Amino acid sequence: MSRLHRFFRTPEAIAGALILALLVAMALAAPLLFPGDPQAIAGPALLPPFQDWSLPLGTDRLGRDVLAELFHGARTSLAVGLAAAAAALLIGAAVGTLAGFASGLLDEVLMRVTDAFQTVPSFLLALAFVSIVGPSLGVVVAAIALSAWTGPARVARAEVLSIRERDYVAGARIIGMHPLEIAFREVLPNALPPVLALSSVIVAAAILTEAALSFLGLGDPNRVTWGGMIAEGRTVLRTAPFLSIVPGVALVLTVLGVYLAGEGVVESTAVRRSLS
Amino acid sequence: MSLLAVSNLAKRYRRGGKPFAAVDDISFEIGPAETLALAGPSGSGKSTIAKLVLRLIEPDAGRIDFEGGDFLALSGAALRTRRARLQMVFQDPLAAFNPRATVARVLDDPLRIYNIASRAERPRRIAALLERVGLDTSLAARAIHEISGGQRQRVAIARAIATRPSLIVLDEAVSALDVSVRGQILELLLDLQRQERIAYLFISHDLGVIRAVAHRVVILDAGRIAESGDARAVIADPQSAVGKALVAATPKLVRTSQDAS
Repeated sequence: MSRLHRFFRTPEAIAGALILALLVAMALAAPLLFPGDPQAIAGPALLPPFQDWSLPLGTDRLGRDVLAELFHGARTSLAVGLAAAAAALLIGAAVGTLAGFASGLLDEVLMRVTDAFQTVPSFLLALAFVSIVGPSLGVVVAAIALSAWTGPARVARAEVLSIRERDYVAGARIIGMHPLEIAFREVLPNALPPVLALSSVIVAAAILTEAALSFLGLGDPNRVTWGGMIAEGRTVLRTAPFLSIVPGVALVLTVLGVYLAGEGVVESTAVRRSLS
Repeated sequence: MSLLAVSNLAKRYRRGGKPFAAVDDISFEIGPAETLALAGPSGSGKSTIAKLVLRLIEPDAGRIDFEGGDFLALSGAALRTRRARLQMVFQDPLAAFNPRATVARVLDDPLRIYNIASRAERPRRIAALLERVGLDTSLAARAIHEISGGQRQRVAIARAIATRPSLIVLDEAVSALDVSVRGQILELLLDLQRQERIAYLFISHDLGVIRAVAHRVVILDAGRIAESGDARAVIADPQSAVGKALVAATPKLVRTSQDAS
């Protein structure tokens, strides 16, 4: 049975994949469906949803098209979530592999640095980083990755510690392979699966952190973000609650979709393990 | 002159807080194109000696001279260069390869690392290596887990001879194979020794196999040498208690000795 087939067996995986596919479609379609600036004024302010079909989800306090903002916000959420998770996994896997493979002093130093990062509350770290360096998309991604790489680092180190005792690592040493090549070509690829299993949690956390930073006004001011939309709607929460509810629901569905799809991947690999 | 000379080698481990000697004052020599067998019961230090000789672990005391140079003095790039001449074949041919590797990649690695052949030339060299160990060249594209155990051990031998070594350590290299395949692999090893003048450090607990391939044998007991000498002579008439026990544990040999008397 193919891996894809196995993945689509559970209803959770199907639901997760559908939500993610929808999100990706929204992000890709945003510049086609709403080619203009999503932050430009499109109509009268505070138009409720489903009144004017040229503005299906209505407008916000400044008369901006909520649907356009929602689509463009999907781009930001997806970009930040994936980029931050990729950066966190990359840094974490590299640090964990080096620590596990080198052992001794380098291992001690790297793991104490990991401890230091882990003891600081991750959101505070991101908050401090963005307020010092200044809000832009790259900085937000870096800030989130900075607080998320420790988990992958620990998992990668534990895997590497068990893999480096295997015969094929000794075999690689005997044929004269350079230690760095052994670490990153022989050991790391085999240590990755449990590290990648963390990716859904990290992507979901990254999307939420980005939204929270934007909500506090520390997002990239030049991009529409769902967190920023919620913050914007907060001031008119009683008269126009839809302005907070629409991006809020989008956020919840996205995080749910990421979790469910991640669960499906773990599930399908677990089946493979028990069969082999 | 000897190819490998090991003198007064010692390695201690801590087991349950107490130090114990895994290898204790071991000395032996191997000449060019010679097969020296290390025999002994489990825990007698056979595999530890193999790892020490290959510098996979470092000894606490002793000296290893390989091809006329102090092997223990080497480190870093100099050690990696020297390793081309001293190779190993593991017991479990599945565990000995990266589970993601293909046969071609396994054989490509040593050729690339030691610059033995250019990138364009390597596929031909890989095919030649496969042919040398009696495998079909079409196997190159297969994943390691897709071929049989006997084929895998042939690939392991092909990798070991890729760098034209003068000594190969065979750590229970035929123990995991079934009897018919074992005979073929032993034939291949003997043929390689005749053609390429490769010496073997042959580690095994099977005295039947040792008698068939080894020139000399060292019998180990609890990290020390119990006795050593000509393989056939030692196995025919062991002097040490461990030697006698090992011979008695090999059913076929007991019967042949009874037949002879």
